[in-house]
Parts: sequence; structure tokens; C-alpha cells
Amino acid sequence: MSDTAVWHKVWHFGNDVDTDALAPGAYMQHGIEVIAAHCLENLNPSFAANVRPGDVFVAGKNFGIGSSREQAAAALVHLGVRAVIAQSYGGLFFRNAFNLGLTLLTCAETPLLQQEDRIGIVIPGIFVTLSSGQQLPCEPVPDFLLQMAQAGGLLPNLRQRLATTRAKAHA
Amino acid sequence: MSQSLAQKLIAKAAGRASVTTGEIVTCKVDMAMFHDSSGPRRLKPMLEDLGAEIWDKSRVVLVMDHYVPERDEASRKIVRIARDWAHDQKLPHVYDSQGICHVVVPQHGHIRPGMFCVGGDSHSPTGGAFGSYMFGIGSTEMLGVVVTGEIWLRVPQTMAMNWAGKLSTGVCAKDMMLAMIARFGMNGADYGAVEFTGEAVRALPMQERMTLCNMSAELGAQTGLVAPDQITREWLATTGVPASVLDEDWSMWQSDARSADTVHSFEADQLSPQLAAPHSPAHSVPIAAHANTRIDVAYIGACTGAKLEDLRFAAEVLRGGRIAAGVQLMVAPASLKDRAEAEGDGTMQVLLDAGATVLPSACGACAGYGDSFADGQTVISSTARNFKGRMGPPSTQVYLGSAYTVAASALRGRITDPREVMT
Repeated sequence: MSDTAVWHKVWHFGNDVDTDALAPGAYMQHGIEVIAAHCLENLNPSFAANVRPGDVFVAGKNFGIGSSREQAAAALVHLGVRAVIAQSYGGLFFRNAFNLGLTLLTCAETPLLQQEDRIGIVIPGIFVTLSSGQQLPCEPVPDFLLQMAQAGGLLPNLRQRLATTRAKAHA
Repeated sequence: MSQSLAQKLIAKAAGRASVTTGEIVTCKVDMAMFHDSSGPRRLKPMLEDLGAEIWDKSRVVLVMDHYVPERDEASRKIVRIARDWAHDQKLPHVYDSQGICHVVVPQHGHIRPGMFCVGGDSHSPTGGAFGSYMFGIGSTEMLGVVVTGEIWLRVPQTMAMNWAGKLSTGVCAKDMMLAMIARFGMNGADYGAVEFTGEAVRALPMQERMTLCNMSAELGAQTGLVAPDQITREWLATTGVPASVLDEDWSMWQSDARSADTVHSFEADQLSPQLAAPHSPAHSVPIAAHANTRIDVAYIGACTGAKLEDLRFAAEVLRGGRIAAGVQLMVAPASLKDRAEAEGDGTMQVLLDAGATVLPSACGACAGYGDSFADGQTVISSTARNFKGRMGPPSTQVYLGSAYTVAASALRGRITDPREVMT
């Protein structure tokens, strides 16, 4: 994701965006298309209809706290959200996001991004570029997680590992 | 090298003598638990897609608790997938409509000291009450576990919560947890391991320890732990585990001196009943701040707040009394086993005589999957989470408290300190 030339539209959220806001329980019996259509409707009713592939999130502390439901991350992937930049995350959501191919960046200085309509994201190195050209560093993420997210998550990773094991068994 | 209980459990699962905080290790999983919502309906298609099999069926436990009893076509379909898959796979450990996974699984002896376990649900740290390392994961990560039998982990910091002294009458583990969440916030544990220690914790019965570890999730911990002791041994003896398990030496499953990264001190004697105001468990304060707020519904439910101990707490308050006019008291015992014991010792009769409606032993309103409360209602609940819109429309006001507090509030129709109605 070394997409320095791409300026991503930013959706701004505050602290404590929980999994139940991302994937409302009343729709949990349905598939991801339905859940995604109601994603964050209690916080921003126009979000799901207006988000576009490649958009990014800027949020405060504790993004994704709450449930283990991975539909919270899957809804963002389904809507094409490119990455989330927040000050901290719920630990379970953090794992789920990378497992589903969604990159999360942890940046202590997200308040500096409050006025930004569009930002750039640089990986590796991991920093966020502001319209002024200023670059904000993010916390390092283990390489295997970044690679897994960029390759689409854990499912394709498992597929590849199984193929390797089977190839060895047949060799 | 000085190791915390969390580090010792992870080291064992990783096949190492010791581990260091912050390092990433791969652990072998002793037990993987999932339910009808997070499990078969999501795992079955992914396993078929991969052409993969479950690594060890004897280590997998399936519980139907979220969408039972079925109420519509969608929930019938989800539960049917789970039942058909359990049958096709010949899964040896399946608990269908027996109660909530975090209570049913340990009640059948699947979680024991020294084990490393994962659960497809955020309240999986409940298993840490037995001196096992247990944490919640999402369905795709569960797929990884059921295919490989392994999972990666960054060795967490250990945060010791040391409770000195003795709890007063009408105060319990739920109040301890709400006080800790108020102090540290909903993500205050920063995905670390929280270990509950001290005289007040050692004195707690097993199910109260489960309440502490259960709500470690609301502290943002990866797991919550209580070192095993004689209380653990006596409780496990009721679950049907082999006698050899009860004879095991568990003395290694303790934190070494000064191994915790941080130690936080609390005085149990000074703790009053706590109440979390809408819409976060972190909005917890001593109950006096909200006393006399009128309520419409009192709900005793969930893995957090409707175990046998909780039902007995409610009965202590309600014995001989009758709930206030216009208030609904709903009780959903956490498991059929707990319900049967509560029927056997007269606890359920006390609740019924007081005017309670008994609901099925399942996740019910807590999961927010359908049985939610009405627009604008004020609810006091013994469950774990009161996020806006979780248990009803965004206008529903949900307060969280202990089963003592919920019962006392049902009696008066207003938020009530249980000590006012207990003699």
C-alpha cells in the first residue's frame, strides 16, 4: 500500500466507536451486504450510502471496542474502506481487521487530522501524509500482519499454506 | 526468570520454558469453543472453500445459545446449519439450548487449570477464572485455529488487580468489575492480561470469579485470570472431570513474586454497589448518584449476571417481597444446570413469587439479536454491556448493576441500593 500518489477521502469519527455501531445486532442474522448497509447508522446515517471504495477513517481512542463479531471489520471491507487511522483499538477488533484484509494504523496524533478532507498513506514506513505535506508517523505493525492484510486476510493465507503442505505431501 | 501466570500459560502452549512481554509466539490450542452465531454458519462454508478438515474434533466445543430458541426463519436457518453440521461432522461436544457458552462449557469440565483456549465470543476470558488462558477471537481467526490447531499471540503485559479486605453485604464481583472499569476505562487494560488477586478475590466462589474474568472484556483485556486453588478444585469436582484431573498439581499456575507489570490496589470493605449509566460500562459510579431513577424493566440475564450465584443474590433481596406495580422483572438463568439447581433450592420459587417472568436459558436480550427492549424504556440489567442501540432502539436507557441491585430496583420501581432492602 505505498500509495503516496493517492489522496483518500476521510471520514471522521470520535472516541469509542463500538462493534455494535459498526455491525448492529438487529442485522447480525443477515449477510454482510445487509449489515454493511446499516454500518454506523446510529452515528452517521448517511455514511453507508455515501462511502466510496478507497475512503479512509480517522478516529480517536478505542475504535472497535466490544464484541468479537468480525462483521464489524467485514462491513468496512465490504464498503471498500482502505484503512482506519485511530489512536487505539479494541484488541479483538484489531486482530479481526487484519484477518479480513483491513489495515489499521495507530497514530497518537489523529487530532491533527481533524481538519483534513483527504490524506495519503505510506506503507512501509507507515506514516500518514497531510495536505500540507506534513507526515505523521504511526506505530509499527508486524510485517506478517501487514502482508496478510494486503494479500486479502487470513483466508487466502490459509489457502496458500494448505497448498504448500499438499504440494510437499505429493512431492 | 520471573514469570506471571499469563506468561507461564502462554509459555506452556508455545512449548517454551519462558516468554517475554511483547514477543510474538505461536501457541497450540487445547480447546476451541464457538457458538451458533460465530461458528458453523461462518466456519462451514470457509472450511469447504479450503477443502480443509477440523484438526482435532475432541478439542472443539459447539454451543447453541445466541439464536435459540428460534423465533423466525432467519434464526431457524442459523440454528439448523449448526445442528446439521454438528451431526455431519460427528462433533463429540455439542450443547444445544443448554444455556450460555461461557457457563455451559466450564460446567461440563472443558476448561481446567493450565489449558490454553480460544472462544468465538468476546466474553471468552471467562475461562480464565479456572487458571486457563482463554480469549475471544473472530470467526475467520477461528477458522485458522480449527484448520491448524494453532494461533499467534503477542505476549501481553500483566496488570494485577489486588483486592484487599472483605466485601460487604449486598456487594459482589459485578460491583468490583464496574469500579475497575470506571477507574481504567473500557480499553484501559490495552489488550493485556488482567489477574485478579488478594484476599477478597480468594474468598469469592467460582461463579463470582467467572464474573470478574467475564467482564475483563469490558476492560479491553485479552484475558482475565484467577490462579486456581481449593475453590477451583471443589467446583471442578462437580463438572464430571476425571479424578486424575482433580489430583493434578496446580502449584505452578501462580504468578511469581513481582512478575506483574503493574499492580493496582483496591479496598473491598470500602466498595459500595456500583451502577453504570447509559451508554457505557465505563460510566460506572457508586449507586447513590442515580438513586430513585424510575425503571420500566429489570433484567437478570447473561453469562455475566444470571449464573446460580446471581439468581441467589436476587432471591436474597426478593424473598417475601413483590416487585413494584408497572415494573417487569425478567430472569433468564445462564444455564439449565443453574436453573435446575435454583429450582432445587427454592431460589426460582422466590423469584416467581416476587413476580418474575422466567425466560429461556440463552443469550436473549444481551446479544441484542432480537429480544430487545422497547423505545424509550429505562432498563436496569445485570448484563455486561449497555452500548447505545445494543439492547433496544438508541432511545432505550440501560443501566448496569449487580443482580442484588437489579432485584432491589425491581422491588421499588426505582434504582435502589440493595443494602436499603436487605436486613
